[in-house]
Amino acid sequence: MTLESMIQKYPASPEYLVEALRDYQMAKNDHSVTESEIVKIAKYFNVTESKVCSVVSFYSFLSEKPKGRYVIRICRDVPCFVNKSESILKTLETRLGIKPGETTPDGLFTLEYTGCLGQCDHAPAFRINDMTYVDLTPDKVKAILSEYREEKS
Amino acid sequence: MIEKKIISKRFDKIDPYSIADYIATGGYKSLAKAMAGQRINILSEVEKSRLRGRGGAGFPVAIKMMALAKEAALVKYIVCNADEGEPGNFKDRAIMEKDPHSILEGMIITAYATRATKGYIYIRCEYDKPIEIMRHAVEEARKNHFLGQKIDKIDFDFDIEIRLGAGSYVCGEEFALLESIEGKTGRTRVKPPFPTSVGLFGKPTEINNVETFANIPVIIGMGGDEFAKIGTKSSTGTKLLSLSGNVNNKGVYEIPFGVPIKTVIDELGGGVPDSRALKMVQLGGACGPIIPRYLLDMIIDFDRFDEFESKTGSGAIIVMDDRCDIFDILLRNVTFFKHESCGKCAPCREGHNQLERLLRKFVDRKATITDLISIESLARVMHQTSLCGLGQTSPTSIISTLRYFRDDYIDRLESLEV
Amino acid sequence: MMVNLKINNIDVTVPENTTILDAAKAYNISIPTLCYYPDLRINSDCRICSVEIVGKKGLSTSCSTIVQEGMQVKTHTPRVINARKTITELLLANHDADCTACAKNMNCELQKLANVLGIDENRFERVLEVRPIDDHNPSLLRNPNRCIKCGRCIDVCRNIQGVNVLEPLNRGHEIIISPPFGKYLTDEFCTFCGQCSSVCPVGAIIEKDETAAVWNVLHDPQKHVIVQVAPAIRVSLGEELGQKAGTIVTGKLVSALKLLGFTKVFDTDFTADLTIIEEGNELIKRITTGGVLPMITSCCPGWINFAETYYPEILDHLSSCKSPQQMFGALAKTYYAQKENIDPATIFVVSIMPCTAKKYEAKRPEMGSTENNLDVDVVLTTREIGKMLRQMGVEFENLPETEFDEPFGKTTGAAAIFGTTGGVMEAALRTVYEIVNKKPLESLDFMEVRGMEGIKEASVNLGGKIVKVAVAHTLANAKKIAEQIKNNESPYAFIEVMCCPGGCIGGGGQSYGTTSKTRKDRLASLYTVDAAMPLRKSHENPDINKLYADFLGSPLAKLSHELLHTKYKAKHRHQ
Repeated sequence: MTLESMIQKYPASPEYLVEALRDYQMAKNDHSVTESEIVKIAKYFNVTESKVCSVVSFYSFLSEKPKGRYVIRICRDVPCFVNKSESILKTLETRLGIKPGETTPDGLFTLEYTGCLGQCDHAPAFRINDMTYVDLTPDKVKAILSEYREEKS
Repeated sequence: MIEKKIISKRFDKIDPYSIADYIATGGYKSLAKAMAGQRINILSEVEKSRLRGRGGAGFPVAIKMMALAKEAALVKYIVCNADEGEPGNFKDRAIMEKDPHSILEGMIITAYATRATKGYIYIRCEYDKPIEIMRHAVEEARKNHFLGQKIDKIDFDFDIEIRLGAGSYVCGEEFALLESIEGKTGRTRVKPPFPTSVGLFGKPTEINNVETFANIPVIIGMGGDEFAKIGTKSSTGTKLLSLSGNVNNKGVYEIPFGVPIKTVIDELGGGVPDSRALKMVQLGGACGPIIPRYLLDMIIDFDRFDEFESKTGSGAIIVMDDRCDIFDILLRNVTFFKHESCGKCAPCREGHNQLERLLRKFVDRKATITDLISIESLARVMHQTSLCGLGQTSPTSIISTLRYFRDDYIDRLESLEV
Repeated sequence: MMVNLKINNIDVTVPENTTILDAAKAYNISIPTLCYYPDLRINSDCRICSVEIVGKKGLSTSCSTIVQEGMQVKTHTPRVINARKTITELLLANHDADCTACAKNMNCELQKLANVLGIDENRFERVLEVRPIDDHNPSLLRNPNRCIKCGRCIDVCRNIQGVNVLEPLNRGHEIIISPPFGKYLTDEFCTFCGQCSSVCPVGAIIEKDETAAVWNVLHDPQKHVIVQVAPAIRVSLGEELGQKAGTIVTGKLVSALKLLGFTKVFDTDFTADLTIIEEGNELIKRITTGGVLPMITSCCPGWINFAETYYPEILDHLSSCKSPQQMFGALAKTYYAQKENIDPATIFVVSIMPCTAKKYEAKRPEMGSTENNLDVDVVLTTREIGKMLRQMGVEFENLPETEFDEPFGKTTGAAAIFGTTGGVMEAALRTVYEIVNKKPLESLDFMEVRGMEGIKEASVNLGGKIVKVAVAHTLANAKKIAEQIKNNESPYAFIEVMCCPGGCIGGGGQSYGTTSKTRKDRLASLYTVDAAMPLRKSHENPDINKLYADFLGSPLAKLSHELLHTKYKAKHRHQ
């Protein structure tokens, strides 16, 4: 989907800036927005480029930095932590060979922390792109990662 | 049975995608009743109910509602805060997923009573399923003329727009939320003026939590006086609890105010798993106090929670067993707030970074008495001087553990020499 | 209505809607502040001005809290003092506090605050993440390591100037105040008005200091070093050196510059008069020959930068006249060089300007009238020349009064008021009216174009035709004017734009602590200078007429065009 067709789903009013940016980035493989795209977006929503940059850098789901095809966001807050989220993180780190904030060399996965996902009754939890996974165990994580790898190949 | 299901009465009993189910179970009857009478009656029923905000701070709902009703502006907004991001809270998700129309009905009644012209529901973007269900519910409500123009054929226009966040906890703070709906960074504003006079797009705005709105049809249905009979003197009605942590039956439970925390953990939660002992409980979420076992007789009640000066009343109960280290927990909390601070005011922006460093010293058993004095002083200054609720409440877990678990701090000191 | 309250148990009565901060000040109680700045929005971000209000949980910021009847305020309890100290320590722990190596040493509000609070140690660990210093433009230097995120620069750039280059990037402790995309400050976005540098409480944004270059050249026997002084300096340098705002120091400043070692001290007012002749004739030509109207003044480099970057479609509306600073530079290296028989390559022109954008203007490649030689070599702001005079140990107040040197020393009152909003317009009207209507003005004072209102309008009768003119100051107001023109809705024939609040008297290079009050004092003094001048119309300046007779020929003629006019180019970045 082109940038134009995506943002034009929204009225050209500054109030839709955040949502349009998020929508657009979700649809993009690298989940980020480039400088030239920001210039166009700023123009469409009639805000300064400074404002758009400020917004992009503020929200966790927005980024100027390209990310992997699948962004894994793992919760590290207390309800998940006391339900062994550390073991989930370890499994991810070992299986992917990266630490939070990094992307696998093949560009497939980016690992990040997230704030509480509101799934504390099914802790531990993480998200991959717009899918939430709950009641995780190391074995379950391994299976999930394999699924994503297969889907790609 | 300690549960009392009035907000959650339809949970798992109706199809959330079916407005027919909702109507068949008495849904939208309160709206009809409200619109059949005078607007002032709605305000007076809410006032009589003594309903307090369910987001955590427990502000009397009728005061906000009347303030909005009094505003003469032609454009007025109702905003539903569905940006549930406080660690340990998931009860708003449950309402959205299981009884979406109860929220809409509460918003429409509030709009009718206050002559508000438009409503917004601001949902965090991580809540995929609630977003889908709420969007569907709004569509269905429109098709059934509960939303739109000339609702119930009378001169009352009101519609609801669903707006999504993009990953920011602080957008749950009311002014930050309004800023975010306006398409900006979620940084709070100087108050006063309060939202009911200058709110969204500069117009008078009433912001309530999801659960608060879900209470409105119940109050109109049974009457404010009857509602006020449930619960305690200071906290009427029921509370949805988000029970999590080291507990056998995690989940959302509805109880009347006044039930002791211990009863909730033991009877609804089924106690601590793996035969471990309960060590501590955090109330309200990451911004709430951490209390020891011996305080678990404390009842769930806004006034009782007042002493913690935090948003304790959101209903989150995070149970931690004896394997949990206090400083691991505190560090998690502070790291969370450090990451989520908007960075606008100095004590919150700089303070969390220092709190994190100080706590790490306690985790590593490298702390000194000076560090202990610093952490206590810094936590209090942040609590007293921060611009918004984030920085005002984030030190609560430290302040409360310094009170109830002071020996744990002393034990961690590298030496007792100054 | 008056409100009664108690501050520190003292009975206080102030008008309603007064803040606690102002109420306390009225009763000589000084509450420390940091992010607060008169004329800017109240952010209450730093929380330093917190006070206790009896019966209220937590502390309240006095800058943002309005007094209420019966309120009891305590401004200096141990709890309050501890909070202020703690926050200041937090800020210092994340600040490059190498004070003696900072241009703002002794002028820094954070340093003063730490001193007032008696901070002699810091409990907190140093957490500064060192970031690169931004010196990628000729006007301003940004040192992010000194920034305390008070938000003043953001507010002045966003709301007063409407340019919005600076915004916070990231959140929490990772915040930086930055141009978009984390880029350096360049002409891609910035106009270099320098208002940010004027309100920054610390050394995070300062003008590019060029005093060292001037010291060096003043002691270079191969150089003929001359200086020109902008109209606004004569009413602001005194203040920079400790005198009352608006003190008129024309004669002393000439003496002071001579003491520093400048061979000749000239007055930019002279080329302001010349600007009026050229620009006035350009306006008359545009009106009589169907040229592009409205015509807009071009003396202000911040405005020129703004137009080139953000309104390239209106560049034809700008007068082609160079600014007085650049007209001076061009004449210094041609007319003056010939007259005095000096090789222009050895002439070194220094400007004393209230402005940081003038530094950028002087470096524009087209501003060279002689080969490989820019017309103006160094521009110093009010603050920089004040610094040099302090370094020299000049006892400014005791200096005698000296006249400016010839041939750029004789000037008129019209030129003096170039330093304030409305001044260029008034000077132009005095001349254009008399040239077109061929009769003297009854009153020289065009009151409609004076004062601090953002956009002022007036009508003049030019040859039987009523012509509307407008005056705008601050770029936010200039934007309104530019939008009108862009949309073909401008009712004016002639518009004056100055980019700083109040015009050059409020320039980005003026003394720290400039507020609307000090701007008004300076403005009033410029009109006093004007009223006291024997000549008050540019076209009556005999040396200007001599310059045309001896050298330039006539206004808008070939040589005038070559030396005194320029071209603008669109910066297509934002198209």
